[in-house]
Amino acid sequence: MRKGIRNWGPPVLLLAPSLVLVAIFVYGLIFANIQTSMTDRHSLASEGAFVGFQNYVALLTEGRFLHSLLNLVVFTVVFIAGTMIFGFIWAWLLDKGVNAEGVFRSVYLFPMAVSFVASGVVWRWLLNSAEGDRASGLNRMLQTFGLDFLQNSWWNEPIWGMAAIAMPAIWQLSGYIMALFLAGFRGIPDELREAARMDGASEWKLYRHVIFPQLSPIALSALIIVSHMSLKVFDLIMAVTKAIYQTEVPATYMWVALTSNDYAKASAIATVLLIIASLFIIPYLIHTMREEKRSS
Amino acid sequence: MRKRMSILAGALAVGLALTGCSSGGSNGSDPDNPDQVEVFTWWASGSEKAGLDALVKEFNSQYPDIEFINAAVAGGAGSNAKAALASRLESDNPPDTFQAHAGAELSDYIAAEQIQDLSGLYEDLGLNEVFPADLIDRLTVDGKIYSVPSNIHRANVTWVNTEVLESAGIDPTKAPESIDAWIADLQKVKDSGVDAPLAIGTEWTQMQLLENVLIADLGADGYAGLWDGSTAWDSDGVKTAVDHYDQLMDFVNQDYAGLDWDAASQIVIDGNAAYNVMGDWAEAAFTQAGQTWGTEYTTWPTPGTDGVFDFLADSFTLPVGAPHEQAAKDWLTTISSAEGQKAFNTVKGSIPARTDADPADYGEYQQSAMESFANDTIVSSLAHGAAAPIAWSSDISSAVGKFGSDRDQDALISALVSAAESALS
Amino acid sequence: MSEATQTDLSSGVAASSSAGGAPTGKGSQFVLGRTAKYALLLFFVIIVLMPVYVLLVTSFKPPADVNPESSWGLPLRWPWESVNGGPTGFDNWITAWDALAPALGRTFLLAIPAALIAAMLGSMNGFVLSRWRFPHASLVFTLILFGMFIPYQAVLTPLVQMKTDLGLPSNISTLLIVHVIYGLPICTLIFRNYYEGIPIELMEASRMDGAGMLRSYASIVLPLSLPGFVVTIIWQFTSAWNDYLFALFLTDVQGGPVSLALNNLAQGAQLANYGAAMAGALIASFPTLLVYIILGKYFIGGLMSGSVKS
Repeated sequence: MRKGIRNWGPPVLLLAPSLVLVAIFVYGLIFANIQTSMTDRHSLASEGAFVGFQNYVALLTEGRFLHSLLNLVVFTVVFIAGTMIFGFIWAWLLDKGVNAEGVFRSVYLFPMAVSFVASGVVWRWLLNSAEGDRASGLNRMLQTFGLDFLQNSWWNEPIWGMAAIAMPAIWQLSGYIMALFLAGFRGIPDELREAARMDGASEWKLYRHVIFPQLSPIALSALIIVSHMSLKVFDLIMAVTKAIYQTEVPATYMWVALTSNDYAKASAIATVLLIIASLFIIPYLIHTMREEKRSS
Repeated sequence: MRKRMSILAGALAVGLALTGCSSGGSNGSDPDNPDQVEVFTWWASGSEKAGLDALVKEFNSQYPDIEFINAAVAGGAGSNAKAALASRLESDNPPDTFQAHAGAELSDYIAAEQIQDLSGLYEDLGLNEVFPADLIDRLTVDGKIYSVPSNIHRANVTWVNTEVLESAGIDPTKAPESIDAWIADLQKVKDSGVDAPLAIGTEWTQMQLLENVLIADLGADGYAGLWDGSTAWDSDGVKTAVDHYDQLMDFVNQDYAGLDWDAASQIVIDGNAAYNVMGDWAEAAFTQAGQTWGTEYTTWPTPGTDGVFDFLADSFTLPVGAPHEQAAKDWLTTISSAEGQKAFNTVKGSIPARTDADPADYGEYQQSAMESFANDTIVSSLAHGAAAPIAWSSDISSAVGKFGSDRDQDALISALVSAAESALS
Repeated sequence: MSEATQTDLSSGVAASSSAGGAPTGKGSQFVLGRTAKYALLLFFVIIVLMPVYVLLVTSFKPPADVNPESSWGLPLRWPWESVNGGPTGFDNWITAWDALAPALGRTFLLAIPAALIAAMLGSMNGFVLSRWRFPHASLVFTLILFGMFIPYQAVLTPLVQMKTDLGLPSNISTLLIVHVIYGLPICTLIFRNYYEGIPIELMEASRMDGAGMLRSYASIVLPLSLPGFVVTIIWQFTSAWNDYLFALFLTDVQGGPVSLALNNLAQGAQLANYGAAMAGALIASFPTLLVYIILGKYFIGGLMSGSVKS
């Protein structure tokens, strides 16, 4: 018994504060949130009677919410594609051996250190949708280069406007994906490449059969990270467009609902977001856990 | 539900112990000292702050013993303040009085029994006689009045660049009789080479334009009926208005969604558009640009709304459980007094709610607005919280924003109908 | 567990710059010409730095000179020269500084303790989780990790409610608690991975009882943890500094961090002043950029740990 406490006590003591905090503030609050989402607390005055899944049914049949989900999908797809493409190209270029690699790497990565609120100030200006005489930002630059036909109203376009909103996000996070891929490239043993070359494999076959398979775990991680960031997108939209219908995603819709004191709707939206996030985070975490068990 | 939250909350003490921070209001208000009044506003910058300062000066001279504590919350045109306020009210830590748009926006606070009936104060101060009867009607909920207006703004004003109109061969001093006539003029201006003769901005400014068109097409009574259910949102009048609104949107600048109201006004100031529908606070933008009313720019009531005053007002309330109730009533007395209204409004550029104010104290535009306010039919502004509770106007705002991208009249009408259904149910 | 930890990975990235001199692929269609390679790299540098250029030049333009035609041009005059007696370019910076200065101070008071406390707790957790094979240890770890991936919206409504019920103030002390708590998962992760990279012989911890474990934590592990602390603290500092979501829901402009003050400067004013807003964006970003420039290698380390395991 004494031995037990001596063994268990100290580590439990070290872990306990964090475990309690995570239990309450992650799991407890998620539970409380789900609970609120099943009540009719649509105003300050409401006591919040249990209504089951009514709020979810209302949300999933509501054009506005579906529109916000569609916006999120467009944003996510463009965001993922953009960061993956830029990240990969940069890492690939740098991996080939470059003088002053550190400088290039630092430049590509630096936007990650800036907040969305700060970069939103300048992107709001760059993505200004006026054309012609009143054009500024990117449209003005396109004019300068004689590319007037490329002018567009950026995030003011229905649906594809969300692709314009993804531009600042791509700017900000491509460097991160580059760092991940670069680590991946560097983690491929030289012997593997050499062996493939000795076998007379073409460069394409080298990539196809050696490098890409080696990079795929990293690509998976990158994919998960970028998509979970995409689900959380909020700061950027608030900074560039404020909370308006055209660029509404579930996260900004939730803010609007909460500021009109519709707690039930806000928490239902949040729960839907959590479920979507869990769809790929939980398998990823389980996968990681299994990998670890195997290797330890 | 609440109880469980509190149990959870108890565990937060662990976190609190980590930082040793103290809780509660940290703004210097002391409930045991009766000679204080904590006033919560979002007047933290520009002409609003200057107006508040003037008001405080007047308050200090009327009540020299009471210390004014400024609890202004800046930012987001009041949205930050509302969030901060909601949290203070919920935690039973109300300020002594807070700013809110008069009218329907107060209904959430009333339903939650967070603010007090001020009918008694109105009697004592004789306010029923000095405020226009129409305004008193708009402020009254179930026979009770919950706030004291400090200033009035008009939301159905069209701002006009005279030079642009003249070069299109239109007389800027005469307002078109109706929306249809206005649309004809817009076409003329467009033909004269102005791509986007009607300047507009982000979602709420679109909502304000729609509200203007609704007033024009439904008339004051029909428009007022939208908010109590006596005018149907799918009636022919609304359909006409939506069609008019759709036509007007053919004349607007395409980058509208990204512009705040001041950027939209700037387009008119710069002569890149002929018209902009905006509240009378836009006056400041024109005068700051060095323009003079009647020369470079002029204003009229939005076509079709002559004789109607689409009002919004800032007002002050008395929260339930205000720590300094008497001092708060003193504050309300000052802001409703002729001197207080003059001190504030001459600086802020709005007009007084009292009809006994001396027009000579005010600027040229304000004088015309004061005259309309005294004589016109008063209706409540949707875009500024006077007509509908927050949740309802947020639904309408999103429907209007959606219309901006799909321009689907039927979808807009059905969204307006369902917003009204869920709000009035 | 012999695989490289994330922190090793990042130093791998950093270290490889010296080894990168020798081009790998030779003599195939996949090899870009030297010129083409550098041209591409430079092109991307210009694209990435373009917003910075706009921020800088606009911040030095007096409001009267900010107009669409010259929006990409350099300022038309020196920043101390005014237009017809109006504001100068420097006035943008003064306006921005006045609007942000109090919030900047508060944000330091928020981000530094948030980083230190979360790092300390993360180190304790990471140590225990990496050395103590109790039943379901990896499940507990995974459950903690989940907290790092959730959309915080899923806890915000009850969190706001809890803040209200407890009467917590709308200022950075409330925010501090929140950042410590939601920073725990990633701090735990960084430290666990870091400690797993420390050779087991060094501690013999696998055969230790609890008390011995505690002793070895304080005497052996903690002194070795400096790189882990640097990575964690930088990460936590940056995310607390840049946070807007929690700040918006839990604080107000009067008591909140710089992100709120900046957004207010950029959007809350009645008449937009792009110059001041851009100066403000630069001021608000300066501390994190400085950290990035000086401690870039460790910054990358924090980033990499987000990928859990490679």
